[in-house]
Amino acid sequence: MSALTGRPPRRGPRGILPWLAAPALVVFVCFAVVPLVGVFVLSFTTWDGIGAIHAAGLSSWRTVLTDPGLPHALQVTFLVMIASWAVQTPLSILLGTFMAGRQRYRAALGVVYFIPLLLSSAAIAVAYKALLDPNFGLGAGLKIGALSKDWLGRPGLAFGVVVFVVSWQFIPFHSLIYQAGVQQIPKSLYEASQLDGAGRIRQFFSITLPQLKYTIITSSTLMVVGSLTFFDLIWVLTEGGPGDATRVLALDMYKRGWRGSQMGPASAIATILVLVGLALALLLRRLGGRDAGESQLEGA
Amino acid sequence: MDIPVSRRALSRRTLLGLAAGLPVSAALTACGSSGPGGGNVGATYWYLSSQPQEGVRAGAVKAFNKAHPKTRIKDTTFQNDAYKTKIKSAIGAGQAPTIIYGWGGGTLRTYVEAGQVEDLTSWMGEHSEVKKRVFPSSFGAATVNGRIYALPCECVQPIILYYNKRLFEQVGVNPPESWDDIMALVPRFNAKGIAPFALGGQSQWTNMMWLEFLFDRIGGPEVFQAVIEGEKNAWSNPAALTALAKVQELVKAGGFIKGFSSITADSNADQALLYTGKAAMMLHGAWSYGIQQADGGDFVSSGGLGYMNFPPVAGGKGDPSNSFGNPAQYLSISSKASAEEKEVAKEFFANGVLQDAEVKQWIGIGSLPIRVGTEKLLAASKSADFLQFTYGIASKAKTFGQSWDQALSPMAAETLLDNISKLFQLSVSPKQFAGNLNAVIGK
Repeated sequence: MSALTGRPPRRGPRGILPWLAAPALVVFVCFAVVPLVGVFVLSFTTWDGIGAIHAAGLSSWRTVLTDPGLPHALQVTFLVMIASWAVQTPLSILLGTFMAGRQRYRAALGVVYFIPLLLSSAAIAVAYKALLDPNFGLGAGLKIGALSKDWLGRPGLAFGVVVFVVSWQFIPFHSLIYQAGVQQIPKSLYEASQLDGAGRIRQFFSITLPQLKYTIITSSTLMVVGSLTFFDLIWVLTEGGPGDATRVLALDMYKRGWRGSQMGPASAIATILVLVGLALALLLRRLGGRDAGESQLEGA
Repeated sequence: MDIPVSRRALSRRTLLGLAAGLPVSAALTACGSSGPGGGNVGATYWYLSSQPQEGVRAGAVKAFNKAHPKTRIKDTTFQNDAYKTKIKSAIGAGQAPTIIYGWGGGTLRTYVEAGQVEDLTSWMGEHSEVKKRVFPSSFGAATVNGRIYALPCECVQPIILYYNKRLFEQVGVNPPESWDDIMALVPRFNAKGIAPFALGGQSQWTNMMWLEFLFDRIGGPEVFQAVIEGEKNAWSNPAALTALAKVQELVKAGGFIKGFSSITADSNADQALLYTGKAAMMLHGAWSYGIQQADGGDFVSSGGLGYMNFPPVAGGKGDPSNSFGNPAQYLSISSKASAEEKEVAKEFFANGVLQDAEVKQWIGIGSLPIRVGTEKLLAASKSADFLQFTYGIASKAKTFGQSWDQALSPMAAETLLDNISKLFQLSVSPKQFAGNLNAVIGK
């Protein structure tokens, strides 16, 4: 029979390879695919999270899509995404380039920059909430007028604080990515440009930045898709307030589902979140061009 | 001695297998361990953290466990706002603790309708001594469709208008006797750089207390009763619109502390504002007395804390004796618990809840337990004045309304809280507020 199908018998090291992927696959299916399907199914039901689940057709979707809260939450989500990307990317590139240098003080500073990444989001949010408290916080304690603003109590300021804290937390991570990216750039490029008389700034814009193209795409994908799921930090900092000024989609989902006991509409929002995240990730891959996998190291 | 090759290989594979399996099994046990039970015969009980109340609750459990060496109640504590969410998801997931702590009313009704809590009516009949032990008025919020689903426990907690006497002396003004007095006090305190009112606005239910009183004082208890009864457009009642407008007037006049919408009540920061002299007044539950006594240094013991019922509004229909708050706290038994766990819980209800030692401790922190016949203890307490005052409010109130968010269904309550914080942010008008809430009446 095996002669008829013409397939060589699977033996040797290749046969075991698929099995190595099995544990990861099992975990992925159990903890990602199954809940996703569950959420999608739930979005066509009404359920208060406690009692029985009833099929409800499209009513949850109708509720969510006609609610003026949805465009607002989408808008806040995208604004947080854009603002935190715009703050994080330049700073991360600069820091990453700086840390890529071989000097010892740079390595020492690199360790310091790394600290925010070691803290949990909830701890960071609690700390910032205490520091920014208008009555008992840093500004009031040190009697610094400029610092004792109503940071989390005004819509615009609260939004700014959220973006700032998110950036503070994640810049170290992205700097690390850029540091690795910069260290991959061949020395020969810099030596050649030096002979041509290029200064440091010119080197940065003409060599470092173009060579980092794919690193930027990777880091941006992580930032953009990651910012869709910001929850813990914003929840502890503002609970989506004041009013709904920082209520991103993830918070909207949580509030509807767990506070308001409406699992149907909450699942519909979760589905929207998944779709938006997928679309963005695909879009960013496209931006990278068809040669995204190709190495640039030797070509330039 | 050399080790046989095969054995070495085996041990290495076992090691690898262990390494691969560990995270998964750890994750699985982590998922399963929050459920009820936990091995030996015992019941689980979740309640609220934050001292000094947490200590009293923990003390009651400890005393019960000591007196019942064969059974065990395992207690876990949560912050107020976190608990309200956690308990809902736990019940929905079939992972509820044996003893479910709550506030009765609309939330209890959703549990009952989903068949998640035990009907205690017949048990109460058999144990009439337990029923007679507590204030009869506390059973209202424990009763759904004529059946009892929860045991009232702990304390009656009216909402009280607290004020800092020293700040009133310093500014040279008297405590308010009407809404107009409140509005007149606002600029006086602001001129001295003192916030008229402390408010933990991020917690939302704190803002809600203001509306509860204004609705009542202006339109009487009928206005919110119409909402509960599902009357169409009940929120558009002219009295309701006036009350909503008055709250916004107070916000606009600078009545509340700077940054109130980012202050949480869970951290007791609002109460700290009062006893540290940054704010002159605060509308808060009776439980706040114990917190200020514990955290405020000598603020309470030296007579710095004043308290009164919410003042009337000129021309309003509501009786000035009316109050709002929690008639009691409530303990239910999860219907998903095992028979043994339910037995332990019932034993706790009969011989563990509101025993003499616990009652004394509640009184010690200035709270009024719902146990009958405590007059002597109240009079002998160091907080006698405050307890007499609370007792007066609780016993003389013509209507003692339940907190709105507990009286409504969770979905309507969430819409309410959401719109309340927008109302205080001045981002919705009273009319929009009423419209948004009319849409969820009866849901």
